[in-house]
Amino acid sequence: MPKLTVDGKEIEVEAGTNLIEAARRLGIDVPHYCYHPALSIAGQCRLCMVDIEKTPRPSIACNTLAADGMVVHTQTDRVKETRRSIMEFHLINHPLDCPVCDQAGECWLQIYYMQHGLYDPRMVDEKVHKPKAVPLGPHVMLDAERCILCSRCVRFCDEITGTGELGIFSRGDHSEIGLFPGHDLENNYSGNVVDICPVGALTDREFRFQVRVWYLDTSKSVCPGCARGCNVDVHVNRKRPHHAGGRRVARLKPRFNEAVNAWWICDVGRYGFDAVDDPSRIRFARHGGVDVTRDEALGLLVAALRDHAPDEIAILASPELSNEDLFALRRLAEHRGIRQLAFGVPPGKAGADDDFLLRADRSPNTRGAEAVGFAADADSILARARAGALKVLWVIQHDLPGSGWPTAATAQALERLETLIFTGTNENGTSTLAPLVLPLAAWVERDGTFTNFLGRVQRFRAAVEPLGDALAGWDLFGLVLTLLGGASAGGRAELWFRELAKTVPAFAGLTYQSIGDGGAMLAGALPTTAPEPPGRRVKAHA
Amino acid sequence: MAETVLMRNFGRPDSHTLAAYRAAGGYAAWEKAKTMEPTAIVDDVKKSNLRGLGGAGFPTGMKWSFIPKTHTGPVYLVVNADEGEPGTFKDRYLLERDPHALIEGMLITARAIRSALGFVYIRGEYVQPWRRFSAAVKEAYDAGLLGNGFEVVVHRGAGAYICGEETGLLSSLEGKKGWPKIKPPFPAIKGAFGQPTIVNNVETLCCVPPIIERGAAWFAGLGTKTQGGTRMYSVSGRVKKPAVYETSVSITLRQLIELAGGVSGTGRLKAVVPGGGSAAILTADEIDVTMDVDGLKNAGTMIGSAGVIVMDESVSIPEALLVLARFYAHESCGQCTPCRESTGWIEKIVHRIVEGHGHKDDLDTILDVAKRGGGTTICAFYDGAIGPYISYIEKFRPEFEALCRS
Repeated sequence: MPKLTVDGKEIEVEAGTNLIEAARRLGIDVPHYCYHPALSIAGQCRLCMVDIEKTPRPSIACNTLAADGMVVHTQTDRVKETRRSIMEFHLINHPLDCPVCDQAGECWLQIYYMQHGLYDPRMVDEKVHKPKAVPLGPHVMLDAERCILCSRCVRFCDEITGTGELGIFSRGDHSEIGLFPGHDLENNYSGNVVDICPVGALTDREFRFQVRVWYLDTSKSVCPGCARGCNVDVHVNRKRPHHAGGRRVARLKPRFNEAVNAWWICDVGRYGFDAVDDPSRIRFARHGGVDVTRDEALGLLVAALRDHAPDEIAILASPELSNEDLFALRRLAEHRGIRQLAFGVPPGKAGADDDFLLRADRSPNTRGAEAVGFAADADSILARARAGALKVLWVIQHDLPGSGWPTAATAQALERLETLIFTGTNENGTSTLAPLVLPLAAWVERDGTFTNFLGRVQRFRAAVEPLGDALAGWDLFGLVLTLLGGASAGGRAELWFRELAKTVPAFAGLTYQSIGDGGAMLAGALPTTAPEPPGRRVKAHA
Repeated sequence: MAETVLMRNFGRPDSHTLAAYRAAGGYAAWEKAKTMEPTAIVDDVKKSNLRGLGGAGFPTGMKWSFIPKTHTGPVYLVVNADEGEPGTFKDRYLLERDPHALIEGMLITARAIRSALGFVYIRGEYVQPWRRFSAAVKEAYDAGLLGNGFEVVVHRGAGAYICGEETGLLSSLEGKKGWPKIKPPFPAIKGAFGQPTIVNNVETLCCVPPIIERGAAWFAGLGTKTQGGTRMYSVSGRVKKPAVYETSVSITLRQLIELAGGVSGTGRLKAVVPGGGSAAILTADEIDVTMDVDGLKNAGTMIGSAGVIVMDESVSIPEALLVLARFYAHESCGQCTPCRESTGWIEKIVHRIVEGHGHKDDLDTILDVAKRGGGTTICAFYDGAIGPYISYIEKFRPEFEALCRS
């Protein structure tokens, strides 16, 4: 392994490590635009110049591999001058429209100009004009004048998705990013080009003009869109509630996790959070169509569970619930002796695997529900209801009439019940039928863990307060358990996870600390890595 | 003057045909090379002091020896016939008038580097050269010279100057946008289609048969201590007999201008571009330099592709620079930021100066921008562009200032 010196600090790195990464390990930032660790080396922005002893002129750090005995300087006068020059070149034809640009505040032209540029502009001639506000696809908007032609987006479509929609057309300072004729940027990963665009050239059509990035707060989370559990940052706007139509969740951004999703998330997940701030959210408990207090609703719920024989009660849980929620629910069922407990993946929600991250199972916690001890089989519960053997059915989150279960059979089952109780985040076909409705906190409003389809347990964190009287699942189920005379694990998700780890062998030894930001495997599950991107797979030639 | 080596067949009737080439002793070198070990061929070329005649002047035999000895897959020979350097038109003559010399040079080179497949990348605008060369390739196949262990593919460019840059050419050959490739890896290690590749200029390869046939020592003796042979100078501009002249590389620029009939127009020399558009300009006082790689390097310019452009006193240097600045802005491939942005910027400034709207400070801006961008890009295009930017202004500053306000 080569040992080198960067700015006087020694470091040993694996063979094949370039100088940007070697410096990064020492906490030294070598400014760059075109280099991205997931993409091939383009070497064209020319910003990452460093001085290497015994080399006559500055070299680009991205295409220089660390070598034994190499002495690298990232802060020589010559390097600083080169950076200033390159920044000047990057900006001479840039429109400098920061006040109306969505990238402002997270733009690497701004950041590097403030750190390394700070020259007086000398460009007095007319700038080159290029197309602006060009929709490339359903999610991505191009401003070619802001583009610095780093080619990251082009390489992404070539090397990651393998779809190759984008190219650089024309030459010289008239070069511009564009679509190949007959193509739109509509692959399921198109939103990622906005993330990797270092400037305001590619912006998100959903996010643009909604809220300034400096008003956003970030929470580490996990995408609930499918069983992969891609790591995300949830960006929420709490500081300017009058912006973005009052929507609190502004956007999702992928969070790097080499074991799950690497740098990427799919568009299904990225744009799948609308329900959180939708008018259909259930804010308050309701009985017989009238809002009631939480205590009143809990009293009615407890009565229904207490006043019927356990055999007459069934609980249909959801794979959208967290491990903690499901474990609290299991405790509650055990306390009352309720054995008809299932989670049921709705048939209508199933999609298909795509060729990269998205899983056919669009629920985040199917594997977790199984591991906590829930049966997957919702059909037998519905069959028993149809047979008249059930009096109380507590449905959590499911839209029974609208999720692909046979319509007539489902209606028949619900008709024969004495009491239908619904707990969920949003109004749906079940909530309109259920006399008793209790609100559930949405995924961004609560703490918890999901277990992905490969058995990786991953934490997600509350980013905003629950709406109205909504509670997290574990909180609600814990309260019911207490009211029924049982012992709740406590008022934090972590306490329920501790109980889970103590009780269920698959979770043995796991703690929130050991799960950390990257997740940890269930006992017996093999370690995972993010899948090979389709664009990198060797294609068999027909 | 030295003897004629490269242009020896140009005067023969139907010199482009196989029959004429054979009648003049053609393909004898190939017969001899077939009996030689590949390493012996490389050694001969090294000893001949042949240096690349496309522009960079790299020692040819040394380039050939960079092919990894342990490589077992294909090795490609690529001929750079994308002659686009302003003021250069020598390869055109070779392709049109002696195409078999190139094919013979390719055969010998392919043996030296153990290549079974050669590509000839011909500039798109070169229609007649392409026709002549393609016909010669067909003749060579019909005669069994090609197709027995060495194949040749003729590929036409589409009109981009940058595709004459060795790795831009390879990208274009691979079917991609003609963007130069980042180095390392160098083409000899990883070139066309990811395989070791030798890229040589047309004229360079045409030197190979005479070297094999008449010996390395003879060839080396034709030139200077550091560069063997003769070369073809494209002489254009204000001379009485603009044409391609083949002479020893030890000729001086003054002698070469005399060879071309002397200065025309006003008859008074103002400046000379000695090595194609990308070479720094020389003033009338600077023409006592030898026209070899090192002679011009020592004079602060370069021999490049040996395109000599002569300017008499009636020529406006600012207008000449505008022509070149427009050329570089138009031909920059757009890959590297400094070149992409500043070629366009400098063209705008020079244009403004020529139109009478310039300021003296603009000249300093051009010099500063050019000097800052030098040496920061993937390929040598921009380093070529700054040669004229800097030398035209530094050597003829009063002429620029006369056009500027204040």
